[in-house]
Amino acid sequence: MAAEATTDTAGAAAPLKTPLHSRHVALGARMVPFAGYDMPVQYPSGILTEHNWTREKAGLFDVSHMGQCFLIGPDHETTAKALEALIPADIVNLAPGKQRYSQLLNEEGGILDDLMVTRSIDPDEDGALYVVVNAACKDTDYPHIEARLPSNVKLVRAEHRGLIALQGPGAAAALAAIAPEAAEMGFMTSRTMKVAGIKANVSRSGYTGEDGYEISAAADRIGEIWDTLLLDGNVKPIGLGARDSLRLEAGLCLYGHDIDTTTSPIEAALNWSIQKRRREEGGFPGAARVQRELAEGVSRIRVGLKPEGRAPAREGTEIATPEGEVIGVVTSGGFGPTLNGPCAMGYVAKAHSAPGTQLNLIVRGKPLPAVVATMPFVPNGYKR
Amino acid sequence: MAETRYSKDHEYIRIEGDVGTVGISDYAQGQLGDVVFVELPTVGKALAKGGEAAVVESVKAASEVYAPVSGEVVEVNGELEAAPGTVNEDPAGKGWFLKIRIKDAGELDALMNEAEYQNYVKTL
Repeated sequence: MAAEATTDTAGAAAPLKTPLHSRHVALGARMVPFAGYDMPVQYPSGILTEHNWTREKAGLFDVSHMGQCFLIGPDHETTAKALEALIPADIVNLAPGKQRYSQLLNEEGGILDDLMVTRSIDPDEDGALYVVVNAACKDTDYPHIEARLPSNVKLVRAEHRGLIALQGPGAAAALAAIAPEAAEMGFMTSRTMKVAGIKANVSRSGYTGEDGYEISAAADRIGEIWDTLLLDGNVKPIGLGARDSLRLEAGLCLYGHDIDTTTSPIEAALNWSIQKRRREEGGFPGAARVQRELAEGVSRIRVGLKPEGRAPAREGTEIATPEGEVIGVVTSGGFGPTLNGPCAMGYVAKAHSAPGTQLNLIVRGKPLPAVVATMPFVPNGYKR
Repeated sequence: MAETRYSKDHEYIRIEGDVGTVGISDYAQGQLGDVVFVELPTVGKALAKGGEAAVVESVKAASEVYAPVSGEVVEVNGELEAAPGTVNEDPAGKGWFLKIRIKDAGELDALMNEAEYQNYVKTL
């Protein structure tokens, strides 16, 4: 038996540890190198059980490897405009306490990284934006951003913070028990509060398609929040394996796989993340391409794919028409435990992108029938 | 009495006369994690030692199962299509993959016996 290499070994020479590393080891996690960190891919219960637990109750994820930073300027408009010069989202009009998803673009409109931007709800912090970027990209993102900021806006790495995510239909009750203010928060909002008596920034968002929260706190205190949440019988630790199957079923992009420097946000079907004012005004890297693609359409686009039967189609699988013409490639694919079947996403030629289109996925040399499907594959449970 | 031998790639073959039952070891299923799909060969297919005999997929990855010896496939475990998790629950029993008519019993000598395999796993 020979397994394909599935872990990211880049930067594995001296793996970094998150503030929760010793807890993962004590919980019996299988640790793997990921984005330069030694991370839990699964705990003893396994990926299927962890995935289903998150969909039914509440899963707790260590995402401290992700890049947390602040952009700090004299006032909101100044800081927002500095960031808007790098991303296509409307940040100037982002209300206090609100969060928005966007992408760091290069001059060709390719995606350097995807990120979450949060405007502080606290008027005393006006001019500060909290930004979370991918672990694997942070060492290139930070210099890229810093080199393009005006002199009155600074990037401050939040290196002494940990980040955990609590996700699932049971997340609200579990967090409310130790942070009552969290209960009333709306989706994609953020505020500062005490969680188990510890000061934390809490946002109602995540990467699973479920209701839930991300909790950022000092690296030397985040473990106490983690431990307190795990005292709740409905909360279990979840590894990166289930994080990937959860986000795939939710139709969410994984950077470096579904989006990268060769894909534009329009090809990636992320149009919803580019607000009207930015589409009209441009003023971000690659705006010419994005505006042209919005006006004239794209030649290829990211779609969901639902293979018939039970065989998964993995990343790199060729996508062909029933006549055998190769028209695309799978960028993420696997087995969806909630779907109880395989699901995938990939890029196909625009002419073959309509939901319901019959295509073949070439798995181990054989055509596997699949249909273009709308995403998410599993209905999301976001708090609206 | 049936004897079980193992390959370094963690396939087992349980030998009964000239027919061997092939599956993956308990160690292998543990490494793989939750099995969600198994692709089996057709009955009658000729397999070469070390060639691909089947495919087993976990949530995370696809892995090939190699033929521990050469021979012809005489039976496959169709139950795995509907219940692939049986590979995790009972790898040495109900989680078998296929039965092969052993072409050359001499090829079995290159495989490890139970004790040798358990020692080998300890070194991994």
